[in-house]
Amino acid sequence: MGIVGESGSGKSVTAKAALGLIGPPGRVIGGDIRYRGERLLGWSDSRWRKLRGNRIAMVFQDPMTALNPVKKIGAQMIEVIRRHRGLGKEAARQEAAAKLREVGIAEPERRLEQYPHEFSGGMRQRVMIAMALSCEPELLLADEPTTALDVTIQAQILDLLKDIKAKSNMGVVLITHDLGVVAQVCTRVIVMYGGMVMEEGTVEDIFYRPGHPYTQGLLKSVPKRGGGTRERLVPIEGTPPDLLDPPLGCPFIERCPHAFGKCAERPPLFELGDGHRALCWLHDAEHAAAEGESSGNKPNADGAAIDDERAGGAGIAENGAGENAGRDSDG
Amino acid sequence: MLKAVDGVSFGIRKGETFGLVGESGSGKSTVGRCLLRLYDYTEGEVLYDGQPLSALDDKALRPFRRRIQSIFQDPYSSLNPGMNVLELIGEPMDIHGVHAGSARKEAVADLLVKVGLKTAHLTRYPHEFSGGQRQRLSIARALSVRPEFVVCDEPISALDVSVQAQVVNMLEDLQAEFGLTYLFIAHDLSMVRHISDRIGVMYAGRLVEVADSDELYENPLHPYTQALLSAIPVPDPRAASKRIAWDRAAWTGEGAPLREVGPGHFAAIP
Repeated sequence: MGIVGESGSGKSVTAKAALGLIGPPGRVIGGDIRYRGERLLGWSDSRWRKLRGNRIAMVFQDPMTALNPVKKIGAQMIEVIRRHRGLGKEAARQEAAAKLREVGIAEPERRLEQYPHEFSGGMRQRVMIAMALSCEPELLLADEPTTALDVTIQAQILDLLKDIKAKSNMGVVLITHDLGVVAQVCTRVIVMYGGMVMEEGTVEDIFYRPGHPYTQGLLKSVPKRGGGTRERLVPIEGTPPDLLDPPLGCPFIERCPHAFGKCAERPPLFELGDGHRALCWLHDAEHAAAEGESSGNKPNADGAAIDDERAGGAGIAENGAGENAGRDSDG
Repeated sequence: MLKAVDGVSFGIRKGETFGLVGESGSGKSTVGRCLLRLYDYTEGEVLYDGQPLSALDDKALRPFRRRIQSIFQDPYSSLNPGMNVLELIGEPMDIHGVHAGSARKEAVADLLVKVGLKTAHLTRYPHEFSGGQRQRLSIARALSVRPEFVVCDEPISALDVSVQAQVVNMLEDLQAEFGLTYLFIAHDLSMVRHISDRIGVMYAGRLVEVADSDELYENPLHPYTQALLSAIPVPDPRAASKRIAWDRAAWTGEGAPLREVGPGHFAAIP
C-alpha cells in the first residue's frame, strides 16, 4: 500500500502515530488505530515496544541518521535481533548475515564488521531494510525509503521491496511524494493533503479514475510520458494550506477549480466503488441532483464530468485524456 | 591529481534550454559552477559569445557576471534572511548599475509581478514566503540585471510536486519573453525532458551522451544512459518496466571520447 502526498500533508505523522511514536508536545487526540482488530491507542510504552520491531517495523528516509555512526553494522543488527527475538549471540550473528544476504549485500560476514560510513547510501538503506526484516515483522512501514537515493539505486531498492513482499506475507506501507514510485510499487494508494485522506483506492482507481480534484491536479502537474517535450504543464495553482490555521471545510478548497458553497463544510469520504473513496462533495448525491436540475451551466457542473472521466478511464497515462476533466467543467 | 570533471565538451545555443542530468556526484553542478566562474578551473575553457572566460580578471569578468546569472536549488539558503524583497532584488541592480535611483523600485515591482508575486510583497522578508514563492524571488533576483544566460541548478528539486509545474511554466514564459538561454541542471529526468531542447548526460565526471531531448529518450546509445532512463519510475501503473542494468566494471568503453554517432547525437562509446 502507498501513502502519497506533498510535504506537510501528514503522511509521516500518520505512520508515526501508527507506531505510537508521536512524542510530546504532540499527541493523538482522537481517532482510532487498529492492528489486527485490536485498538492500540492508550497502550503503555512497554506494550508499544513489543509491537514495534516485532510485528511492525519501520524504515526511514535517511539511513545515516537512523544508524549509529560509531558502532559496527553487525553490533547494531545483533542488538536488535537479540532484543526482539531472544536469540543467543552467535545465532543472532548468523541471522544478521542471512538477512544482509537476503537484501542483496555480498560478503555479509565481512560487512558486519564495518561501520555505517563504509556503506554507500543505497547499501545503508539495504542494511535498514535487513534490520527491519530481521525481526520478521508482519507489517513494514517505509517512510520515503528512496528519496535520498539516485534513481538507479532507487530502482534497485524498490525492486528489493517488491521482491520481499512477493516472497513473504508481510504487508508493506510505502510513504512517498513520488507518483512514479507509487505507480510502480503499490497496489492500494491513499492520497493525503492538508493532514487528511483525500482519496483512497487501488492504484488503478487513483491513476485512471481519480475521484478527487486534488488527485486529478497532481496527476496533471507531472510531465506526461512520451508527450511532446514542450507540452505545457497544468499546475495546481496556489499553495498548500497553513496547518496552524487549517481551513474548516475541505483543505483543498482554495486551490480547487470545482469548489462550491458546500465545500466550506468538511466533506465525508464518499464511496465511489469497491474500496474507492474520495473526500469531496462533488460525489454527494444531493449535489449531483441539484446540478442536474440547474441544467449544468454553472462552472462546476462536475459531478458529471468526473463520472465521465471515470467511465472513460482517463488519466495521466492516456496521454492528455485526463486534461479534459478540467476543461469540460468550464464548458 | 584527481580530476572532478574531465572530457566535458558541449555547446549551448542562444535561446535554447540545455539540460544536464546525472546522479549525485557525477559533476553536473561542478560544470555549472565552472560556467559561472565560481570555480577557477585548472584546465579547459569556457567560451561565452566567443570570449574565453578563464583568463579574465575580476574587472574584466564583471560584465559577464551580469549577463550570466544563476538560480540554485535551496530557496532557503540562497536568500539573505536579513534583507527585504526590495533589497534582495535591488542589490544586483546596484552592483551592476542597472536602474539607478527612483526607477529601481519600479523595476523591482515590475519583476515581482512577472514572477507571480505582488507589489505589496516589496517590504516582506524571506521567512514570510513559502518555498515556491522563495524560488520565484530567486528568479526575480537573477533576472533583475537583464541577463542573457541563466544557470538553473536543480531549481525545482526542493519544491512540492504541485508547485514544481508552476515554476517550470514560469521559467518557460520568462524565457519566451526575455529570449533567455538556460542551462537546466537536474536529476528529475522526466522534468528535464519536458523543459529541455537538448540534454547532456553526465557520469563519473564525464559527459557520456548529448542529443536532442526526444532523440535521447527514444534512442539512448550509451549503456549508462539506457540504464538511467530505464530506472525512472513511470507514473502509470500499467507501464511495463524493462530495467536495464549498468555494470561499470563490465563496460569496456571507459574513457572513450564523445563522438557524433548520428546528426546532433553524440555519445562516448567506442
